[in-house]
Amino acid sequence: MAKDVIIDLKNITAGYDGEPVLKNLNLYIRNREFITLLGPSGCGKTTTLRIIAGFLEPDEGQVLFDGADVRGLPPHKRQLNTIFQRYALFPHLNVWKNVAFGLKLRKLPKAEIDARVAEMLNMVNLTGFEKRTVSSLSGGQQQRVAIARALAVKPQVLLLDEPLGALDLKLRKDMQTELKNIQQQLGITFIYVTHDQEEALSLSDTIVVMDEGVIQQIGAPKDIYDEPKNAFVADFIGESNILDGVMLEDLRVKFANMAFTCVDRGFEQNEKVDVVIRPEDVDIVPPEGGVLQGTVTGVTFKGVYYEYIVDVQNFKWMIQNTQAHSVGDTIGISIRPDEIHVMKKSKYSDLIGDYSCYSEEFEELSNPEEDEADE
Amino acid sequence: MAHTPPRKHSNAGVALNAPYLLWSLLFILAPLALVALYAFTDAAGHFSLSVFRGLFATQESRRMLSRVFSDSMRYALYATAICLVLAFPLAHFMAHTKASTQRMLMMLIMVPMWMNFLICTYSWRTILETHGLVNTLLEALRLPSLKLLNTPGAVILGMVYNYLPFMILPIYTVMARMDTSLVEAAQDLGASKLNVLRKITVPLSLPGVVSGVTMVFVPSVSTFYISQKLGGKGSLIGDLIELQFLGAYNYNLGAALSLILMAIILICMMVLKRFSDREEGAFIA
Repeated sequence: MAKDVIIDLKNITAGYDGEPVLKNLNLYIRNREFITLLGPSGCGKTTTLRIIAGFLEPDEGQVLFDGADVRGLPPHKRQLNTIFQRYALFPHLNVWKNVAFGLKLRKLPKAEIDARVAEMLNMVNLTGFEKRTVSSLSGGQQQRVAIARALAVKPQVLLLDEPLGALDLKLRKDMQTELKNIQQQLGITFIYVTHDQEEALSLSDTIVVMDEGVIQQIGAPKDIYDEPKNAFVADFIGESNILDGVMLEDLRVKFANMAFTCVDRGFEQNEKVDVVIRPEDVDIVPPEGGVLQGTVTGVTFKGVYYEYIVDVQNFKWMIQNTQAHSVGDTIGISIRPDEIHVMKKSKYSDLIGDYSCYSEEFEELSNPEEDEADE
Repeated sequence: MAHTPPRKHSNAGVALNAPYLLWSLLFILAPLALVALYAFTDAAGHFSLSVFRGLFATQESRRMLSRVFSDSMRYALYATAICLVLAFPLAHFMAHTKASTQRMLMMLIMVPMWMNFLICTYSWRTILETHGLVNTLLEALRLPSLKLLNTPGAVILGMVYNYLPFMILPIYTVMARMDTSLVEAAQDLGASKLNVLRKITVPLSLPGVVSGVTMVFVPSVSTFYISQKLGGKGSLIGDLIELQFLGAYNYNLGAALSLILMAIILICMMVLKRFSDREEGAFIA
């Protein structure tokens, strides 16, 4: 393990009222990295954060901070700070007093507090808002106050619990950039919790994908996107066509009744596998030129590209492409070997079907339901 | 269009409000007007300040008046303070315990309120009297008996017993609605339990404290039944007023005393409001 590990969670098991939430979780976090815990609601990501912050004691396992066990150490003695989901700004204090809260508790000299608060408010572009009440601020401004308040006390680690969840899309994008800039500027560790995979991909150095209290995959955003470990990760991160396949031999996989050349090896002969093909990796060609043929059953214009639902042998694929086609068109499909990703079968394999009943709203709703169904 | 069309719901609004307006007129405003009328007229019904002048005329009556008022204020302040000291920790505990315990405690607090307040007060006599429950117990333990009934302590006890729920409920309501993440945020920023209480819980529950204090202080300062049944002679302002209406039949004096009491309560409330506003104002200014 690398030397610069700042937080190390070892064999953590935790739950509420006997209901297990985390199951034997192991995770280390390196100093100065932007790490994101990503997963659907109920996956244990917030619980993990609360354990690190000290609001929840794990039933079993160790939390090491800089190598020292922090079991039993109350939150106010830990060298880290949290941005809460709904900011948790103190409604009876103005902006200045909110930001100065932690500094005053540390009994710093007045001049130092003044300077530090001014510096923080300047960093989040809220200079001039010192005397404003918290309730008179917009959501984005409240968010900035929360950031300034947490960073004023110079934590080594900042925990962020879905900090942008309450903001509208445009503001969320701006704040994402801002958060990333702040993190790089201060050079401290950010542990970020979100269910938004796009947010996770664009911000993180490392992503931890979780489901049902178990870490499904840890890796850099690109690795997680390109090489998902199982059907859950492939489905949760971005869009994926996940097909049943059989590994004929190294570099040969059969799916959709066709044998394809791929780049994966190390499976047993004739092992059943999940095959992932990202919608943007599928090329649309004239019907006679494709390895597979399909019929367009749905088209959504997405601005830069079209999103097609294509029926190939009764399996609905999602394909993203810039060419215009319309419903009913027969098209050819071609896939390059390195665009085929083969995964081991997992308990998620049977849960994730094709795109036959796909809608974005449904996608949002279906994730927590899947969780419950699995328990 | 030259003018805005009439708002349709306003007629319905008046109709809906009418019963309440009528009620307020008949049972709040009219009695107040009567009190004022009596206070500022003499026995013959002519306008005069003679009642007030009479109250402050002799040194003896001035002394009597100041004693009655200061006793009433003191007892009410004690009762309010004791209620606050008892209610705040209890409300805090209730707001943070599990739901089933909350419901049970709430029941226990409400049960005494199901009984008539006169009966509750009267029952305390049987507990406190010379051969009452407490002294019987002391005798059985071969301890000297105590004079409990007809003491200032008994009056304050009666006030605390009867009005404690009115202190607990508003504070509990405010605390139960308080966002727990505020407490966590304070801890997160380095606040110990004591600091969380001082800097977050207490300031944020002030609105509940203010309404609790009002709801205990106002009935305590004007009570007459509790002081008569538990204090023996009944020497508080409420007793004096009751005596004028039901004993001496001096309505003018009774009304004048009532007005003075109302003025005092009003001043107390304004001070309290100034205090709580300043607390909040400090955050804004």
